[in-house]
Amino acid sequence: MQPASPDTRKFFYEHLGLNEQLLEQCLGAALSAGGDYADLYFEYITASSLMVDESLVKSASQGISAGCGLRVVSGERTGYAYTDDLSPERLLRAAHTAALIASGPSKQQVQGFRESPSAGLYAVAGAGTDAETAAKLALIQRADRAARTYDARIVQVQASFADELRRILVAGSDGSFATDTQPLARLNVSVIAKEGDNIARGSSGGGGRVLLDFFLTDKTPEYFAVEAARQAVLQLGAVPAPAGEMPVVLGPGWPGVLLHEAVGHGLEADFNRKKTSAFAGLIGQMVASPKVTVVDNGTMPNRRGSLNVDDEGSPTQETVLIENGVLKGYMSDKLSARLMGIADTGNGRRESYQHIPMPRMTNTYMLAGEDDPQDIIRSVQRGLYAVNFGGGQVDITNGKFVFSASEAYLIEDGKITAPVKNATLIGNGPESLKYVSMVGNDLKLDEGVGTCGKAGQSVPVGVGMPTIKLDKMTVGGTGN
Amino acid sequence: MNSAAIVSENIIGKEFVTDIVSKALRAGASDAEAVFAEGDEFETLVRLGQVEQLKEAGSRGLGLRVFQGQRTASTSTSDLSAEGIDQLLSGAMALVSVTSEDPFAGLPERGEFGMLSGDLDLYYEDVYSLPAVERIEYARRTEAAAMAADARIQNSGGGSFDAATSRKILANSRGFVGEVRRSSCSISAQPIAQSPDGGMQRDYWYSSQRSLALLDSPEAVGLEAARRTVRKLGARKVPTQRVPLVFAPEVATSILGAILGAINGNAVYRSSSFLAGKLGETVAGNNLTIIDDGTMPGGFGSAPFDGEGLPTRRKVVLDCGVLTSYLLNTYTARKLGLKSTGNAARGLAGAPGISSGNFYLEPGTKAPEDILAEIPNGLYVTDLIGHGVNIVTGDYSHGASGLWIENGELTYPVEEITVAGNLKEMLHNISSIGSDLIFRSAVACPTICIEGMTIAGE
Repeated sequence: MQPASPDTRKFFYEHLGLNEQLLEQCLGAALSAGGDYADLYFEYITASSLMVDESLVKSASQGISAGCGLRVVSGERTGYAYTDDLSPERLLRAAHTAALIASGPSKQQVQGFRESPSAGLYAVAGAGTDAETAAKLALIQRADRAARTYDARIVQVQASFADELRRILVAGSDGSFATDTQPLARLNVSVIAKEGDNIARGSSGGGGRVLLDFFLTDKTPEYFAVEAARQAVLQLGAVPAPAGEMPVVLGPGWPGVLLHEAVGHGLEADFNRKKTSAFAGLIGQMVASPKVTVVDNGTMPNRRGSLNVDDEGSPTQETVLIENGVLKGYMSDKLSARLMGIADTGNGRRESYQHIPMPRMTNTYMLAGEDDPQDIIRSVQRGLYAVNFGGGQVDITNGKFVFSASEAYLIEDGKITAPVKNATLIGNGPESLKYVSMVGNDLKLDEGVGTCGKAGQSVPVGVGMPTIKLDKMTVGGTGN
Repeated sequence: MNSAAIVSENIIGKEFVTDIVSKALRAGASDAEAVFAEGDEFETLVRLGQVEQLKEAGSRGLGLRVFQGQRTASTSTSDLSAEGIDQLLSGAMALVSVTSEDPFAGLPERGEFGMLSGDLDLYYEDVYSLPAVERIEYARRTEAAAMAADARIQNSGGGSFDAATSRKILANSRGFVGEVRRSSCSISAQPIAQSPDGGMQRDYWYSSQRSLALLDSPEAVGLEAARRTVRKLGARKVPTQRVPLVFAPEVATSILGAILGAINGNAVYRSSSFLAGKLGETVAGNNLTIIDDGTMPGGFGSAPFDGEGLPTRRKVVLDCGVLTSYLLNTYTARKLGLKSTGNAARGLAGAPGISSGNFYLEPGTKAPEDILAEIPNGLYVTDLIGHGVNIVTGDYSHGASGLWIENGELTYPVEEITVAGNLKEMLHNISSIGSDLIFRSAVACPTICIEGMTIAGE
């Protein structure tokens, strides 16, 4: 741990004209009609993106977005107002609007703040310079070249670099106070391969809360470009995916999106508080095979889903969700923690100052087991081996979830054979992980591409998993 | 930020936006385009009869796109102070120097600009006419109607009433300046039903309109939400098989959405669409005609001008199975050697994208019940989940649930299955089109029956 960044606080105070007295005044106005708790969330985001398309630098953009969201909580009620005008008059007006949710005598004025320390999970660069823009351009131009030279059948390449710097300041009526500066960068390559009338796409990308040098040393543009090109060329020869129930082996890393959909959303505290989740009331019960342990961990350095503090100013942590198959706990924000009498796990997140925070995942993954991944493949007579996925979705009430395989192969007689076309896999959250019969020793986190949507709000997340075998799952292809 | 406070008390007009265009030209741009957008929203959520969330807010922002010859860059900001606008301009001018000369880049030609005359009925003041107490009452009544409809409904995701208005001004250095205002409001209910064995199901229904006066009653919306929810109780898997699938309008719309993606000029010029290069060819059965119309009064997809200042229009996209038009903005039209179809979409940030107007499949003559009546054995699909469409290949695979059809009648509910096929074939295998075309959003489709798709289940 290290002291919270004084630079972030200074930025809000000096650049945006905030001061402690104004924050106290706004919180006082927010609780002027009673209520249990109020908080202010200030956000200032600078974002930029560059794209090389058809080997031309076709677009370059940058944007600034700033604003404040003011919340008043009274029992189960939330009043919320936001403004992108940070003048004292507008902030106070918004505080009075949010206060309309409560109806009672004014609460005592807030006096003084305790600032949370920072975990220092990511480094922060200075302001973007022209030299930095040139360096980012060089990265995506390298990606463009690498994808095109991979195979003559690659006919279209788009390579993009997008990054943002998000500064937040959260002040609560309980005296809590936190600031953070959160970098987020992503390099993406998407390609089209063509052979006669046969056309296929491939895409790859990654990043995290990292600086530019990550793409020069850890994961280079060539790494992502070759991966995108490989997938597209592979898909040119894909056969129809099979249809029906069969054993499914999921590769390590990004297929962890299974956990995100199958159990992650269902274990967010708000759904369980309202008893609208298929997992409601199952704490202490077996919801997975004893080989399965799943955690949500917001404290991994440089990961896309990591945060020093969540969007309510609470420190993030590692939370065990499922331990040896038994459901252990939920991911919570302040509101659900208070109403359910459970711990705030630092999972209160929001898309922006325009949104009310709610329990969200950070980095969600399954711990490694003891099986050799080769043995897992060999154990399957006839099934599917899926290594890359597009998006997924879940109905948290009936537990049904899907995720779409973008790179998958048939397994025949214990061997990986033909690549198959895109297919959706479907299962039932509280049931599907009971069919996990083997867990590999090869835990891997994804490359840093995940964005999770809930109730119209998008936040960056991470997932991870070792190679696993599910004895049965329904594969949604068209073949036999 | 003091100057921002002063600016924000004033109504921003066209002069403010054209002034930014002039400033960009003075800063060295050969052409420029600026957009101003502001919006207000009010949301209320009532759950189990109690107010759970109230939200009320407004925001505004500016976007700028500059050209220097055939180079282009864009910037956006929520800071409307003089300092913020300086940053918007200097940022754009610094970025434009790093982009490449692109012979197809640039604003539309002077003769192309314009807008539909008259009021398109997009803005109604009545969406904000209700005092807060009555808005809450709308949400409460919607949820209450759902919960009173069936004893198996004892829980709820809530009932809502939302309202929003927005205003947008677009101006460019080739003389175009236009302003559009829009309003919308909606009510919804999300009941949760439980069967005796403990299994839960939820569903949702809503009414969304540009005017409060046009909304369905809270009671009607709540009842429909309840009907949709309880019919899912006791759902089961079915075996893997090939049978006719009847898509209810709400899910048939998603197939139209896939076609929309496939005729988007950005996908077409990159050959990353199964419909690329197929203009003038038969790509669907001769019973399919699809229209894109940005000019319908009050439509969710209507606008007097598109995101580049061109008038919106009505066009036949699919004429009795023959592909007759893509959806294009100026850039993609130039890439394809065609004319823009007036489908440019413009947010605050980045280059213009492409969006549809009101996009719909022409209805047939059969009532939905008559379509079901002809099917001895099949599935009526009411929900789809997932992102299982590959626009490049046309491969289609979605999680689904619905009701089994036996001898023309709806029987038991079905879940945890997938439905799969390929859009290229699906468009030729639509055997029936219903008469029930209703615009609930910008994309609309009547009930359709598709043959030859695969259900994967047990």
